[in-house]
Amino acid sequence: MKKILFLASLLASTMAFASSDIHLDKAPVRLDDNASLQRGAKTFVNYCLPCHSAQAMRYNRLQDIGLTEQQIKDNLIFTGVKVGDPMTNSMNKGEAQAWFGAAPPDLSVISRSRGADWLYTYLRGFYRDETRPTGWNNVAFDKVGMPHVLYELQGEQVLHVEKHGEHETHKLMLDKPGKLTPAEYDGMAADLVNYLVFMGEPMKATRMKLGIVVLLFLGVFFVVAYMLKKEYWKDIH
Amino acid sequence: MNSLTNLLGWVDARFPLTKLWKEHLSEYYAPKNFNFWYFFGSLALLVLVIQIVSGIFLTMHYKPDAALAFYSVEYIMRDVPWGWLIRYIHSTGASMFFVVVYLHMFRGLMYGSYRKPRELIWIFGMCIYLALMAEAFMGYLLPWGQMSYWGAQVIVNLFSAVPFVGADLSLWIRGDYVISDATLNRFFAFHVAAIPLVLVGLVVAHIIALHEVGSNNPDGVEIKKNKDPVTHIPLDGIPFHPYYTVKDIVGVVVFLMVFSAIVFFAPDLGGYFIEDNNFFPADPLKTPPHIAPVWYFTPFYAVLRAVPPMFGSQFPGVIAMGVAVMIICFLPWLDRSPVKSIRYRGPIYKTALALFVVSFLGLGWLGMLPVTPLYTVLSQILTTVYLGFFLLMPWYTKIDKCKPEPERVTG
Repeated sequence: MKKILFLASLLASTMAFASSDIHLDKAPVRLDDNASLQRGAKTFVNYCLPCHSAQAMRYNRLQDIGLTEQQIKDNLIFTGVKVGDPMTNSMNKGEAQAWFGAAPPDLSVISRSRGADWLYTYLRGFYRDETRPTGWNNVAFDKVGMPHVLYELQGEQVLHVEKHGEHETHKLMLDKPGKLTPAEYDGMAADLVNYLVFMGEPMKATRMKLGIVVLLFLGVFFVVAYMLKKEYWKDIH
Repeated sequence: MNSLTNLLGWVDARFPLTKLWKEHLSEYYAPKNFNFWYFFGSLALLVLVIQIVSGIFLTMHYKPDAALAFYSVEYIMRDVPWGWLIRYIHSTGASMFFVVVYLHMFRGLMYGSYRKPRELIWIFGMCIYLALMAEAFMGYLLPWGQMSYWGAQVIVNLFSAVPFVGADLSLWIRGDYVISDATLNRFFAFHVAAIPLVLVGLVVAHIIALHEVGSNNPDGVEIKKNKDPVTHIPLDGIPFHPYYTVKDIVGVVVFLMVFSAIVFFAPDLGGYFIEDNNFFPADPLKTPPHIAPVWYFTPFYAVLRAVPPMFGSQFPGVIAMGVAVMIICFLPWLDRSPVKSIRYRGPIYKTALALFVVSFLGLGWLGMLPVTPLYTVLSQILTTVYLGFFLLMPWYTKIDKCKPEPERVTG
């Protein structure tokens, strides 16, 4: 049993190249853009939170992106929980597993495990695939269990596969337009990814700011320490 | 002032405070020609203290429970005041400990610091290194992410390759058939209590042994050979305090600048210090496509993978990995050169040391990558070079053309 697990892990590591071979679009992450983060938060609580939790994230942390507690209570909490509570939902994990094949993962730190570019590609990468139980597949996540929740907005894409000898080109085409233009939808996905990146590490802005102060202090400390050393060592040699 | 002197006298009559201060600081004579490479001993001590202090604060909110561990770390990162700082200090400290210790060990290789009469210092140092590996390995399980989980699974499974007792041995280590809550709890116990105690004890032994025989230096000549006839103080020695304490403070500040730059601006260091996959909670049913240990273990992981299974057993690879680590202990007896320092060694040792560095870094790089036939061959070549550095040392250090050592240290 254990030997098999070990060999399986060695085997699995040989296959890593094959699976990670997709082109990722660069996500325009701008953590200083509060308007974008707020739009992303709105999309998140409306479209993601019903199925995905973010149990490490408290609603009142949204004050970091320029919202007041009252604004959060009035606009972003639909479940009647307190503003200091974490972002959870009432989806039953066991039932969710039966419905989708896998329970929707918690999204608290999804931006840190998947990366912003992957999320940005994923959110824009759904296409119609009638061989899948949900009718949807994804270029970033083959055979994904999640249906395209945002299809009303984006419309329906199809995947065109062109063969050029040994090479295959995969291209997503918009088959039926949605409520948003492709540019508007990309903007919405960018805001959502921006928010997910913020949520992955809400203290990031604080740490960057503090880091500059700490390094400045150490710079001054270095000058003092170096002069002290010079003073003591002048009688050596 | 007078009452303070009286208090000191009262203590000294009951505890050797002034004696210890003199023996280890104000009258410990260190060679005056220490260079850049001699910062890393005191820095290793600094990182040990950083890890112990930050670790104590982490345990106040961390939950060693398979159901709670992952989100208790995120709780520390978000809801505990300054918790994110303490956590990043601890995660950065883990990697920086190895950076500092590897440079400290390399210093020993360059200047022959393991040679007679410093064999025991080297042995204690190697014990510290082994304890550090155990400490880091068990600590890495605690965040209970996918890499924590599967990294531990792979490494503990190495023990199952031991003939006859392997299966029972790995079961005994895990306390379960797979890595589980039982494993997490025992690793926590080892990580926060057992191994830190051993580490601190070994560090004390390392320093006591060092202060007994005195420090080596970049010239590899003994300063105790040339003493002042009246005071019996080595002519090339200077008191550790204040000279090296003020010098080490400069080193500490520069180190803290690097450390802070990582903590505040790149705590993951591009996935090398905190792996991306470790932000997925541990899932015993989902093997990640690529399991790589943290960077400081990858040279030995590459050695493990370089050796093919024999008779359907991974044991030869495990042996090779164990040999690659343990062979470093034998350096004092493998080195037959008439001189200690690289400054007076001949071209053969210099080439051998350069090849060793290339093999160590190369194996470290290969250990992070997925296995391919080309990489396996590369790993096998570099493993041979790595082991060759040690196994051929008695021969090539003897025939090497060395320069004569100077009588006194050279600035």
